[in-house]
Amino acid sequence: MKGFFGKYETGNFFDEMFEADGNVRPHYSKILERFSEMDVDSFEPKRALAEKTYLNQGITFTVYSGDEGTERIMPFDLVPRIIPADEWRLLERGLEQRLRALNLFLHDIYHDQRIVKEGVIPLEIIRTAKHYRPELVGLDVPHDIYIHICGSDLIRGADGTYMVLEDNGRCPSGVSYLLENRQAMKRVFPKLFSRHAVRSVDRYPQELLEVLRYVAPQGNPDPTVVVLTPGIYNSAYFEHSFLARSMGIEIVVSQDLVVKNACVYMKTTKGLKKVDVIYRRIDDDFLDPTVFRKDSVLGVPGIVNAYREGNVNLCNALGTGVADDKVTYYYVPAMIKFYLGEDPVLPNVETYLSAVDSDRKFILENLENLVVKAANESGGYGMMIGPNASREEIEKFRAAIIADPRGYIAQPVISLSRSPCYFDGKFEGRHIDLRPYILMGEKTTIVPGGLTRVAMRKGSLVVNSSQGGGSKDTWVLDETEAAC
Amino acid sequence: MLSRVTDSCFWLSRYIERAESSARILDVNIQLVLDSEDQSANGANNLWRPILSTLAEQELFRSQHGELNGDTVMEFVTFEKANPSSILSSVTLARENARTVREQISSEMWEQLNRLYLYLQSPAAYAAFRESPIGFYRSLVDRFHSFQGITDATMTHGEGWHFLQAGKYLERADATSRVLDFKYHVLLPSGERVGGNVDITQWMAVLRSCSAMEAYLKLFHGRVTSWEVAGFLILHASFPRSIRFSVDALDQALHSISGSERGHFSNEAERLSGMLRSTLDYTTVDSIFQSGLHQYLDQTQTRINEVSRALAETYCSWL
Repeated sequence: MKGFFGKYETGNFFDEMFEADGNVRPHYSKILERFSEMDVDSFEPKRALAEKTYLNQGITFTVYSGDEGTERIMPFDLVPRIIPADEWRLLERGLEQRLRALNLFLHDIYHDQRIVKEGVIPLEIIRTAKHYRPELVGLDVPHDIYIHICGSDLIRGADGTYMVLEDNGRCPSGVSYLLENRQAMKRVFPKLFSRHAVRSVDRYPQELLEVLRYVAPQGNPDPTVVVLTPGIYNSAYFEHSFLARSMGIEIVVSQDLVVKNACVYMKTTKGLKKVDVIYRRIDDDFLDPTVFRKDSVLGVPGIVNAYREGNVNLCNALGTGVADDKVTYYYVPAMIKFYLGEDPVLPNVETYLSAVDSDRKFILENLENLVVKAANESGGYGMMIGPNASREEIEKFRAAIIADPRGYIAQPVISLSRSPCYFDGKFEGRHIDLRPYILMGEKTTIVPGGLTRVAMRKGSLVVNSSQGGGSKDTWVLDETEAAC
Repeated sequence: MLSRVTDSCFWLSRYIERAESSARILDVNIQLVLDSEDQSANGANNLWRPILSTLAEQELFRSQHGELNGDTVMEFVTFEKANPSSILSSVTLARENARTVREQISSEMWEQLNRLYLYLQSPAAYAAFRESPIGFYRSLVDRFHSFQGITDATMTHGEGWHFLQAGKYLERADATSRVLDFKYHVLLPSGERVGGNVDITQWMAVLRSCSAMEAYLKLFHGRVTSWEVAGFLILHASFPRSIRFSVDALDQALHSISGSERGHFSNEAERLSGMLRSTLDYTTVDSIFQSGLHQYLDQTQTRINEVSRALAETYCSWL
């Protein structure tokens, strides 16, 4: 390693940019060339420019501490994460397969429950899943699609194998950062793009809109589609308004909507206008105070009834949370076999269920070596990383597991792959993951790449933005590039 | 267009205009103080006190500051977060409203407003203010003008834009009436007579705060009288900051929104704005001074507020 990268160390990790012997991986060679010839004085203004771009555009999320929320920008690292074409083809195949299976699974458990009857998944697991909605059993949704937008988190372990860490089938967020990161990167390093054949991500909003229009009730060819947001104080509000703007559709809050005769309308200056498809960024629980949480002020009374009557479609469908329960996750490879008769292209991370007696015994004996996760938490909450946990924390989780075995899973600690990141004048390795965004409508499309999330704190394995994570631009190289 | 969104467009625009008016008034008052023949602390404070009654909540100021002087008043009116009508508060509220209608306004508008907000909170803004208040306020007004220019050049002139126009001109009509009223609160030093040097200087300051000096002088060949300045700022048909011009533009915006013809009305807001407009069309300076300038302005402000309330009832809270 040379120049600006001179002091970079890969450590004992799978490094995205360098091989174990320190040689640069071929798909990173031009990046290394460009970055090596820089120094602090030429790099720092670029970093500052990127930061200012985000700040001026108000690309921020809100962090709550006490009763005051403050707007922060998500840290953005300028070293891109690069995925060669052949690796990406594999990921595409695996993600497409997985989403197909998850949608079949959701249709099945809200209809015949074949997968239970044939003994692949215990009824008890489904019945006790926090986000299972028995009231939706027997309900048909347009084109049998439940998860229209999926974010499945991928990680790479010590040997570089891609694995699925979890599926986000409710309201996966972050795609606006993916798109804005590309804009920022083009602004800061325009010439890098002419030296690489980087696949464009620009079409995502149009593809999303195509999906939303495709699943309109009764095959309506010209549906009114809206984005439903909890409001400007939601931490992902920027993304909600970004998507509405890029799709050219209205963004609404619950007060804008009213249900009459089992149809949903929005209140406009010209009177009521019927709404056909709602890309809702509000969890099931808060969607309709007459059905779910009675105290929800974010919801629209009667909307679930309109949905059941087939007069409005919700994306993602109600009740998809049962698919991203971390206990359900354990069964996804079995689902793929069961519904598709195929072997999973992408493996799961090895997982132990504390609901299973032998697994629980193992988990309780090895808490200090395992990662324990609550089955229904996200955003890096409800999670313990054994080797980094204090005695108290371990005992707290032990008690929680014993009290509620169904509520927890455990996995071995995976030392996620690392990528070089810029800190105070030099590059250091940080752990990363990848969240691709898979859209399922008439066809399945995956925006090339995804959001690469970075655990910015040294040694940390937690990449969530709510826990101080950052992100990188993610490049998928074109076929032709791989050939040369 | 969503009803809620109209409200946000309307208020976004009002807050921007309000902040710009405050910056103008502060700029002019600094000059007025510098021009004043009475350079004692007391003399200056007599000029700063009316600023508080025009632009801020006097009670709040008194509870925070023991002493009233130029610096404390300017900081309070410009940067004080606790003062709901400070420039910073207005810009913050404008930005909050803009955030809820990001998909209605152009990205360029949002970025200009966001940059302005970030700037006002930065140490750079405070340093510029300390360095030269006049320069600082002028640069602020420039930034507000950029926002208006960007708005006209990048946003579709459709329903949302007309709501922005309605907010802007309604606030402007209100602001001009306040500036005129400001003169009413400035007491002439004892021994000075109406129409004397100090009185004239003050009226010229009023003109400047509305960027009306040059336009006025062209029309009145350099003669400045209270009568004519008030007449100009209230009744001139084509000067863009006069009350009559602003109310006319407000009425135009309201009719563009509903699609009904000028001279007719299809809702309460249009009826009230149309009535106010025709009153202004047929008012003379003489009649204003006969009823008393302060009373006249007071009444006008009330009528402007009624239009605002009717607009909200027509489009925002109908359901």
